[in-house]
Amino acid sequence: MVTKQRKKFPFYIVVFLAPAVIIYTIIMIYPLLASLGLSFFSRTSDNQYVFAGFSNYVTLFTDSFYMPRILGALKNNVIFSLIHLVIQNAIALLLAALVASKGRLRNFYRTVIFMPTVLSFVIIGFVWNLILNPLWGVSESILQAVNLGYLFKPWLGLPDTALITVSLISVWQFMGIPMILLYASLIGIPEELMEAANVDGANGWQSFWKIKFPLLLPTVGVVMILTFVGNFNAFDLIYTMKGANAGPEFATDILGTLFYRTFFGQQLQLGNINMGATVAAVMFLIILTGVLFYVFFWQRRVQNYEM
Amino acid sequence: MRKYKVFALMLVLVLAFAACTPANTPANAPAEDAPMDDAPAGEEVTITIESWRNDDLTIWQDTIIPAFEAHYPNINVVFAPGTPAEYNGVLNTKLEGGSAGDLITCRPFDASLALYEKGYLANLNDIEGLSNFSDVAKSAWITDDGQEVFCVPMASVIHGFFYNKDAFNEVGVEEPQTVQEFFDVLEAIKADGTYIPLAMGTADTWEAATMGFQNIGPNYWKGEEGRTALIAGDQKYTDDAYVETWKQLAAWRDFMPDGFEAVKYPDAQQLFTLGKAAIYPTGSWEIFTFEKDASFELGVFKPPVENAGDTCYISDHTDIAMGMNAATQHPEAVKTFLEWMTTEEFASLYSNALPGFFTLSDHNVSLTDPLAQEFMNWRNECESTIRNSYAILSRGEPNLENELWRLSAAVINGSVTPEEAAAEIQAGLDSWYEPAK
Repeated sequence: MVTKQRKKFPFYIVVFLAPAVIIYTIIMIYPLLASLGLSFFSRTSDNQYVFAGFSNYVTLFTDSFYMPRILGALKNNVIFSLIHLVIQNAIALLLAALVASKGRLRNFYRTVIFMPTVLSFVIIGFVWNLILNPLWGVSESILQAVNLGYLFKPWLGLPDTALITVSLISVWQFMGIPMILLYASLIGIPEELMEAANVDGANGWQSFWKIKFPLLLPTVGVVMILTFVGNFNAFDLIYTMKGANAGPEFATDILGTLFYRTFFGQQLQLGNINMGATVAAVMFLIILTGVLFYVFFWQRRVQNYEM
Repeated sequence: MRKYKVFALMLVLVLAFAACTPANTPANAPAEDAPMDDAPAGEEVTITIESWRNDDLTIWQDTIIPAFEAHYPNINVVFAPGTPAEYNGVLNTKLEGGSAGDLITCRPFDASLALYEKGYLANLNDIEGLSNFSDVAKSAWITDDGQEVFCVPMASVIHGFFYNKDAFNEVGVEEPQTVQEFFDVLEAIKADGTYIPLAMGTADTWEAATMGFQNIGPNYWKGEEGRTALIAGDQKYTDDAYVETWKQLAAWRDFMPDGFEAVKYPDAQQLFTLGKAAIYPTGSWEIFTFEKDASFELGVFKPPVENAGDTCYISDHTDIAMGMNAATQHPEAVKTFLEWMTTEEFASLYSNALPGFFTLSDHNVSLTDPLAQEFMNWRNECESTIRNSYAILSRGEPNLENELWRLSAAVINGSVTPEEAAAEIQAGLDSWYEPAK
């Protein structure tokens, strides 16, 4: 059946949408496309920009100088991200379950655990640099007090441990966000379900994993994707603690620091706008892939229960 | 011990805040625009200086400009500094827009060279006073062929070692002259156990290259001889001179504080000024802070040479200069000012106002600060050179200076041997640099 009389297009919708669309286009979409565009150009010796197709990408992944850097940064970024996905989110789930249970100090703990999240990177970096400082840091004294002084190492300065140390500091800082999201979902689960489970004879362990956890899965998905996006965009903490060179020997170099060095330059190294934009485009593609995967696989598979 | 660490931690915090406060004050001071001249128009002109040295605002306003205006009452000079981090960007924008000041403070090497090549800085070959400057002094503000000078050199910083005189007296050691004596001193201090022999860390990586490699290296590669040979392609970083430098750095490891891999530059400074360490490898720019913070008597010695009596070489690194905006309305006044900057009077005023920053001219200036004077005396005893990675060789990728930071730190950490570091540096350089034939 075809309706002859089409409804008039409601033009006021355009008026309402325009401010947001215009502002978003100007400050988000245009810069994103412009920056992607930059990665397809290169600069000739007489300062002219010429279209270069995918040659910047080829350089990035084959050049004897760029290849070890981008592969190293990718590898470090994956480790950095895995530590967050596994350790941060597992502990966050545990803490969320604890603060959601009945206890006298739960409000206090909820606040304290969330606190590092609202602190600035600079403060976090400075404080942890001092705590772990081999000259006057308290970590060595604390270890000595429990007769474990021999375990102390300048963790931030050793290539084998620097990345893990920085990752764990970042985990500590951001723990509050997944915790608060999971906590909000947990307290949203109706009491009746738990009571019914009790009546059926489920113990605490069973009712958590069989009832609460499946109901949490949509939130777990959101937490995972937020962590993933945050990790592949990370830069601040490593820049604050280890500088743009991400030492020792690029052990803490992730895509964000590689991008910064390439785009803006470092000390005597002049910035290379086009190669920097190429690194940024790679970051964008990785994050885009992750988000698409989340939208098309996770979000569709997970059932949303009516409660 | 634990109490001490807590105390030290608090002290560091307090010092950090104390150090921040005065440094910020001038930064917040309003960057004055050129004040309107109420004197009758005609003969009087006002020229403005662009600079990143907002820390020096009072020195220019109270000391240097009045001295100049006493000679040339018709020329008013205004010092209008910005902040260091933004200087290059803001200056470029101002020059492109035609609103930059008449005098431009020059960063060393490629940043200023680029401005000259774009035509923003004027050629200064006709400034007669430039004959008061050596080739090394001019090397940072000259075209690659060495023909056209575009900034009048102002100041350099000199590398060397600070030491705690009380510690040396207690342990009973003297200022070392040779490399052997240097390590004997370090051994003696280590055996004594009261002091950490060498206050240094590798966490920030640049200390290893700047305060290590470029500090002691000139004695191995014979200063300018080695530096120019690297540019000409006659020497390579894999040559003995460079490998030996890294070998000495690797030997420093045993005398550095525990956990030096995670010790940062400010940590090492505090370690030394708190009197916990005996020797601190660095440069003259520390004079001001160290004299303020250290409660013991400070001494300095120059980088040790191989055998007693060898010619010594020091890194006398060109840091700051002054050029002329090619679009200035008052070229004569600007040139008068630049000409005055080559005189002994300016050299003396500037070097005394900023101990640790030394005039690059050949004038025999005497300094009131004894440590600064001692640094400057080395110029008469030794040959001057600049850091070998700064001119020309850091233009490509991988960037030589960044690689020197990373690998010098790795050599001290022991994760790379001196030979491996040398091979990696040279391979990186070879990948883009072709010496001019």
